[in-house]
Amino acid sequence: MTTVATETKTLERDADGHIKNISDWNEQIANALALEEGIPVLTERHWAVINFMRKEFQEKGDAPSIRRLTKESGVETKELYALFPKGPAKKAAKIAGLPKPKGCI
Amino acid sequence: MKKLLILGAGTAGTMMLNKLHGMLDKNEWQITIVDQCETHYYQPGFLFIPFGIYTKKDVVKPKRDFFPSDVDVIISEIDKIEPEQNRVLLKNNVVLTYDYLIIATGAKINPAQTEGMKDGQWHKSIFDFYTIEGACALGNFFKHWKGGKLVVNITEMPIKCPVAPLEFVFLADWYFTERGIRDNVDIHFVTPLPGAFTKPRASSILGDFLNKKNILLTTEFNIARVDNEKKAIVSWDETEIPFDVLVTIPTNMGDEIIARSGMGDELNFVPTDKGTLRSLNYNNVFVLGDATNLPSSKAGSVAHFQADILTENFMNVIEGREPSEKFDGHANCFIESGFGKGILIDFNYETEPLPGKFPLPGVGPFSLLEETKMNHYGKVMFRWMYWNFLLKGLEMPIESHMSMAGKRM
Repeated sequence: MTTVATETKTLERDADGHIKNISDWNEQIANALALEEGIPVLTERHWAVINFMRKEFQEKGDAPSIRRLTKESGVETKELYALFPKGPAKKAAKIAGLPKPKGCI
Repeated sequence: MKKLLILGAGTAGTMMLNKLHGMLDKNEWQITIVDQCETHYYQPGFLFIPFGIYTKKDVVKPKRDFFPSDVDVIISEIDKIEPEQNRVLLKNNVVLTYDYLIIATGAKINPAQTEGMKDGQWHKSIFDFYTIEGACALGNFFKHWKGGKLVVNITEMPIKCPVAPLEFVFLADWYFTERGIRDNVDIHFVTPLPGAFTKPRASSILGDFLNKKNILLTTEFNIARVDNEKKAIVSWDETEIPFDVLVTIPTNMGDEIIARSGMGDELNFVPTDKGTLRSLNYNNVFVLGDATNLPSSKAGSVAHFQADILTENFMNVIEGREPSEKFDGHANCFIESGFGKGILIDFNYETEPLPGKFPLPGVGPFSLLEETKMNHYGKVMFRWMYWNFLLKGLEMPIESHMSMAGKRM
């Protein structure tokens, strides 16, 4: 665990704490970023959301808003908030190694 | 004759009409503007109605007062835009064709997006102040209210005029103090944002104002539903906040026309180039004001700065050049803070609101991110500027691009 935590510290971050370089991201880093957000373990459901976000970002160039997530990821709003407490779109984007969604101004 | 069609005669559409009308050759261009409603509302004035500062008559004028006489004005609802065919279908069965289209159909509140919001208590103990009906209903309610829990809640971003909810709680503090019942009123500001405002510096300074004025702040609250039995708002993670009166800023969405036309995102906002203001999908379509999906504030001042940029770009495009001007996300907002004072903020896409003097560096007369009487006079004077200069497309003494001069880092 220490090695991963150390690794995330050396990653370049933007003003919102999101990693700057998408290519720096891997699953281990996702786990460490999740810990920072108070999520101890990433379950299969977390990964469904994270993978959806990464796919959307590659296709559209922006991380999806909470509305898009609910509509298209197959995960209901209620569950999204249970998985990523307080701010699902923002937290999931951070863990997925993406910039903060544009909608979150 | 070439045809320019403008959809929407609100702040953005009317300004754009007046600017382009002055630029385009009348022998070559036929300009048409369409709106469903004959009345122009001064929307920044809605904020003052619940506190009895303005009444309905202070915020309405006929739209026709602001149209040049040789423009075709059509009052009708719009059915849909068919951008592939360069035409617009109206609800009255008229079909309009265009060479260039400017979409300025705005944004509006959609309370039905939140479960329970409109089930019974709407405009009884749950109010909005983003419509003339909501603002007037709340004004009538406050007149006879004896006090209790007042909760002001932003449902989700983006919203029109993101500072208005803060102004609302500042004015409520002042209003109930004047009425002598402030001790009986708990004012609670509940927001999905991590702080009092969208940008960090302003958020911390405005947060201090809330504290000083004894207004309770709850952040990162994402409303899932209204519990009408318990009279409480409930978040997605089942936190409940009880209210006696709820002032909600419901989900803001673009017009249904945009959805019917298949031209919008999930909130019916039109994907727009954030610099040129051209539609991302159609080269002869431009988008202005609240109708865009830009990450700028949805506000009249923003529409005004955009209108300057779009005028330049529109002239470039019709003369066969590429759009040259780039919108920088500039916004300028007077924040009424109660007791005859106000706060001013000035920012853009890249630069958050900073302290300083405005518009003349070191001189003012307005102070940025500070509470002064002069800022309040600026806000009061603005209504006059709006009717007499802004809507008519006349020059205002503020640059379209944000300036760093006078700002302190």
